[in-house]
Amino acid sequence: MSEYRLDKDTKIDVAEILKDLEHYHPRRRGWTWREPVPGLQMGPFTYEDASKPLKDSVGLPPAHYFGDIDPQPIPVITTEIASGRFEDDIRRMRMAAHHGADHIMVIRTAGQSHFDGLIEGTPQGIGGVPVTRKQVRAQRKALDMIEDEVGRPINYHSYVSGVAGPDIAVMFAEEGVNGAHQDPQYNVIYRNINMVRSFVDACESKKIMAWADMAQIDGAHNANATARDAWKVMPELMVQHGINALISAKVGMKKKNICLSTVPPTATPGPCIHMDLPYAVALRDLFHEYRMRAQMNTKYIEASTREATVTHVLNMVISKLTSADIQSTITPDEGRNVPWHIYNIEACDTAKQALIGMDGLMEMVELKKDGYLREKARELKERAILFLENMKELGGYFNSVEEGFFVDSGMFPERNGDGISRKIDGGIGVGTVIKRAKDYCAPVTAHYGYNNVAQYDPDAIGDPSRLIGGCTFECPDKIQYIDELDETDNVYLRMDEVKDYAGPNAKLIKPEMEWLADGTVMLTMFFPTDVRHAEAAALEIGRRMNLCDCEVINREIMHRAEGTRIEMKGKVGFSINMDDLQLPTVPDVLSDEELWDAIDKKPMRIVAGTIGDDEHSVGLREILNIKHGGIEKYGIECIYLGTSVPPEKLVQAAIETNADAMLASCIISHDDIHYKNIAKVDRIAREMGVRDKLMFVAGGTQVTDEGAREAGADVGFGRGSHGNHVATFLVKERARREQNAR
Amino acid sequence: MKREDDFETRREHLKGLSDAELETRFWSLIEELIDPLLELGYENTTPAIERSVLLRMGFSSLEAKAIVDGCMEHSLMEHGAGNVVYRLAKKDGTDVRAAGLKLIETGAWSEAEALFGGENA
Repeated sequence: MSEYRLDKDTKIDVAEILKDLEHYHPRRRGWTWREPVPGLQMGPFTYEDASKPLKDSVGLPPAHYFGDIDPQPIPVITTEIASGRFEDDIRRMRMAAHHGADHIMVIRTAGQSHFDGLIEGTPQGIGGVPVTRKQVRAQRKALDMIEDEVGRPINYHSYVSGVAGPDIAVMFAEEGVNGAHQDPQYNVIYRNINMVRSFVDACESKKIMAWADMAQIDGAHNANATARDAWKVMPELMVQHGINALISAKVGMKKKNICLSTVPPTATPGPCIHMDLPYAVALRDLFHEYRMRAQMNTKYIEASTREATVTHVLNMVISKLTSADIQSTITPDEGRNVPWHIYNIEACDTAKQALIGMDGLMEMVELKKDGYLREKARELKERAILFLENMKELGGYFNSVEEGFFVDSGMFPERNGDGISRKIDGGIGVGTVIKRAKDYCAPVTAHYGYNNVAQYDPDAIGDPSRLIGGCTFECPDKIQYIDELDETDNVYLRMDEVKDYAGPNAKLIKPEMEWLADGTVMLTMFFPTDVRHAEAAALEIGRRMNLCDCEVINREIMHRAEGTRIEMKGKVGFSINMDDLQLPTVPDVLSDEELWDAIDKKPMRIVAGTIGDDEHSVGLREILNIKHGGIEKYGIECIYLGTSVPPEKLVQAAIETNADAMLASCIISHDDIHYKNIAKVDRIAREMGVRDKLMFVAGGTQVTDEGAREAGADVGFGRGSHGNHVATFLVKERARREQNAR
Repeated sequence: MKREDDFETRREHLKGLSDAELETRFWSLIEELIDPLLELGYENTTPAIERSVLLRMGFSSLEAKAIVDGCMEHSLMEHGAGNVVYRLAKKDGTDVRAAGLKLIETGAWSEAEALFGGENA
């Protein structure tokens, strides 16, 4: 096997992952849940509902205020990754895992459901990837390395559906896939695969998944996404969940591995929590033995990523108020394109942020035991039972589907006659269901149904694969690995096209949203005009910026006439050579010991304040305060004047206290007021004849060193500056001035 | 079918049930609906199921498809494609992989048909 290992500061080398795949075998089977750690202490906080922390991860943006902690909620967090090129998805998986995803769901290419058999090799996909043994093996192998890096098992997931469900289930079991969608109702209703075939296949698929200890997610959420009025299918959703859940349990799946794919059906501007919460409660009442995969609402997703994100946070309020074992994330850009890297990551962060933000909520609040919530939940359960009774009257499942019972837009028992109807003797794969003869036999493990192994060996009854000395499930070496079948469409050709940009040592770089070197950028613009003119103006701007393939992907009206917000994507036609880049120098920072020593030998006093009409105090306190590693820590005496300090008062205070330096924080920056105030401090100090004696440090989120110096300060500290940076400057600048004075 | 919402009249018989009774009723109705579907799964097979059996017996997807297509063509599916390969291997004294490849490569389907005697054992 290859010696290739990941390095935390180096890009993953996909070419290395593809080596020796024919000899790779997965190191484990089955699904892994997170490990809860009640009362977890991280930084200054205690968490009630957090799980075991990661070894290496990227925390939420404000994490640096709290010692770079990255608390992880208890639900497994899903991210759906499939850009059409699995090799690029591998890099995205690594990023997602570092942002807290431990369930990587691979969406299949359009049309794979109707492919009668396994697809092999690595052809490019549309809206997903062709799920093949090689693709699965490469991604599982990469995830093995990534999970070691983050320190948490990562569940890998795709779909066991379509006309090749059992084939795919076997391949997944062999390749260490940990979870899958499996629901014959999905085949029937949305893929028009023959119903008898779908259910017969499903029994086998589920038996195989049970052997592999995979988690199963059902397909009920699709009714929600398809129905005209999504909230009206709530009774039906419970029926669909029930059918798939009980079939699975009876085939032999553990109930704790059977997950309901449940979506809060409504979205804003509807009063969504009021409508969705009773449904969530009803579902968890009826299905308390099963697990909940909380999917997010996609039915009403539009092109605004902000709007989608708020909907998803509201969905997570439902998760928190009820329960979620797996928290799905839908990328907020799903309403406008095949998801981009950055939105996968945003969605993971949204889930992590919302769930951690609601940590311990249920210790303080509980759902009411009576009134509207319980009455509505009861009503939904009764409507579901009436649905089942009506199915029984019609003669069972198949007849009900023929009657167009499912995905009708009426809230049962209301019927609008617009449901999806399928024929028992119709659909793809009709006529391919064959009755087993008395001597029917399948000498393999995890086979469902009648199996006459006794005709050959009565001792093999509980262990049919004994007839052949073990099948691939016991002897993985028997698996036949196919590398590539298509010389014109495979990963090697695609990677060759972008080889100058690939791998850890690439010199060339381009912006990227989906695929390596795709060159895609997004521009956000505001135009003070109506939507049609704004859109046309944006495209013209793209043209003049020499962007190719410009397309407006989001337009939001600020006011019909006053203005429009536009987001536009386009492609840049050039590359950047990394060797030609001028990198700003890394700030030179003295060690804590050197700083302590310098201040100990010669004390220093400073005055500090937020200047101008500016009430921001957090940033400056971080720079000063000993608790945050501010300059007090080194023994520098700090006289803090507060916020909205007039520039003259800062200078006066410096004179009165005989300070060595003035520290001015300026956060508000519109109309360059921050630089104007810095210039004012400089001017007043000069007028009072003390400028040469006083060191003058300016800082703020919008302050740059160059801008601050130009305005008259001795130095400027922007975003990301810390106490040690400022203390280093003060100590060095004092020494420099002393040197010059000699 | 079109129907007005007649929930209030339809639910009369459910009104008096406790939540626990409602839950029991829900699951027993589901069970009544799915048991015949499981029975279908128990008694029948499909090309996908037989391909999945052959995959587990150590054939590639391409080989599995070829063998199942042959079994369909020669009306051997009811015995199980894996069973066809297994019997042929037993007769030839080879392993199952060699027997399957023989079917694909030499088209020894008449040998296979003979092993099942044209009727159910």
